[in-house]
Amino acid sequence: MLSDFFSRALVAGIGLAAVTGPLGCFVVWRRMAYFGDTMAHSALLGVALSILLSVNMTLGVFAVAALVAGALLLLQRQNTLSTDALLGILSHSSLAVGLVIVGFLTQVRIDLMGFLFGDILAVSVDDIVVIYGGGLAILAILALNWRPLLAATVSPELAEAEGLRPEASRIVLMLLMALVIAIAMKLVGVLLITSLLIIPAATARRLSATPEMMAVIAALLGAVAVVGGLFGSRSWDTASGPSIVVMALAIFLVSLAVPTARLFGRREQNGT
Amino acid sequence: MHDHKDKETLITLSGAGIRRGGRTLVEGVDLTIGRGEIVTLIGPNGSGKSTTAKMATGVLKPSMGRVTRKPGLRIGYVPQKLSIDWTLPLNVERLMTLTGRYADGEIAAALEAVGAAHLRKAAVQELSGGEFQRVLFARAMIRKPDLLVLDEPVQGVDFSGEIALYQLIRQIRDDTRAGVLMISHDLHVVMAETDTVLCLNGHVCCRGTPGAVKQSPEYLRLFGARAGLAIYQHHHDHEHHDDGCVVGAEHHQHEGHHHGH
Repeated sequence: MLSDFFSRALVAGIGLAAVTGPLGCFVVWRRMAYFGDTMAHSALLGVALSILLSVNMTLGVFAVAALVAGALLLLQRQNTLSTDALLGILSHSSLAVGLVIVGFLTQVRIDLMGFLFGDILAVSVDDIVVIYGGGLAILAILALNWRPLLAATVSPELAEAEGLRPEASRIVLMLLMALVIAIAMKLVGVLLITSLLIIPAATARRLSATPEMMAVIAALLGAVAVVGGLFGSRSWDTASGPSIVVMALAIFLVSLAVPTARLFGRREQNGT
Repeated sequence: MHDHKDKETLITLSGAGIRRGGRTLVEGVDLTIGRGEIVTLIGPNGSGKSTTAKMATGVLKPSMGRVTRKPGLRIGYVPQKLSIDWTLPLNVERLMTLTGRYADGEIAAALEAVGAAHLRKAAVQELSGGEFQRVLFARAMIRKPDLLVLDEPVQGVDFSGEIALYQLIRQIRDDTRAGVLMISHDLHVVMAETDTVLCLNGHVCCRGTPGAVKQSPEYLRLFGARAGLAIYQHHHDHEHHDDGCVVGAEHHQHEGHHHGH
């Protein structure tokens, strides 16, 4: 089944969607979209440094993304520039530094487009093992910490007062995002990772009554986007990563037309 | 007034204070909270009310003095305000199990107790201010807490809602025998059932029963001679103006709403 590149791409993509769905819900709930973007942009710096130091690329990308997250946490404590501005600085400068380093690496030829937009059709069996291994680890950590993570998202003060540790939850989520970016980079590329986190989760919101339901639906919608996008890219010979994102967007747009307000979360006597 | 001698002590603060970055936020706080006892912290913005409450609950470690808590003390917390983003699909039922797992019957009973049983399936974003406040009380109560911490429980609630909430607090205290630590922004109204009022301004500037604090020269100095502490009584032994204000609390409507920490 994994012998041809197309089915490998399908299996890898579905595995990734299963993780980005639930994790993406937290990104949407906590308004971390720009933060996710920043970490993803830093992935290119991770790639460049991995080649420079000849270390495993997934590991290098994870380390750099985690460092950028740490840098942000420290800078936020300074209470000077807004988080918005800090993210802008970290995001674009890490991307730029990565590109500059890539320019110096004359001895190796780097397929820059491959890193920016991914190449899911080039996925190997080893990659699939990494995706499923890492993905299961991420899902397990999410599931085991679900209640404290959610409580910290709803209200850090409340969580803290009742004996939970919201700051730890925040760090766990940041590390999980670094991990998913390291895993996903090869498939959808640096520039499109965040879309797989956000679009399925945003689509799922209108179809869900509880956080858990939203996480599951986001995973399913992500998988549908992967399958649809890959078949679309085969039919019309379009780039695979962007096709998946376009498919996710199409599902989102269709979901806007569904009158979900009457399905969930509205009471009959609506005052305002 | 209550006799606390035979009551189990939940929390003791002795000379407790917090210093941060060379600045003293609050110092020299002595306070005990016993089972079934209601303690109200009042004071202006930045006077150390929240800091004191956080020391009591263990969120902050005191940098001066000592804080001791009954081992395994369970805390139920009603936050000052909770704005839940639309992106998070959360109904009342799910909110009830935010920090712990509870059976169906427990959820129903807790919502019933605050008169919010009919809201069980409602999305939290759709609740009115008063409804949400009741649901948050139910959420804190379902934990069967030893101590209930209420951060500005009547903020943003109109006067009749305020009275209803005070009744609810009293009822919860009577039913669960939990200790209650209340942070109040409102300098002019405290519940009559409050056993101890602690008036803070970076330190404890006066303390005692609501009646004693009302008379205390420190209280008057801090909040001005016109401040007059109105003590909310459940029984109608106070006068109402036409607009529903308690006499002596005329300007609480105007002055009691400079919010934000």
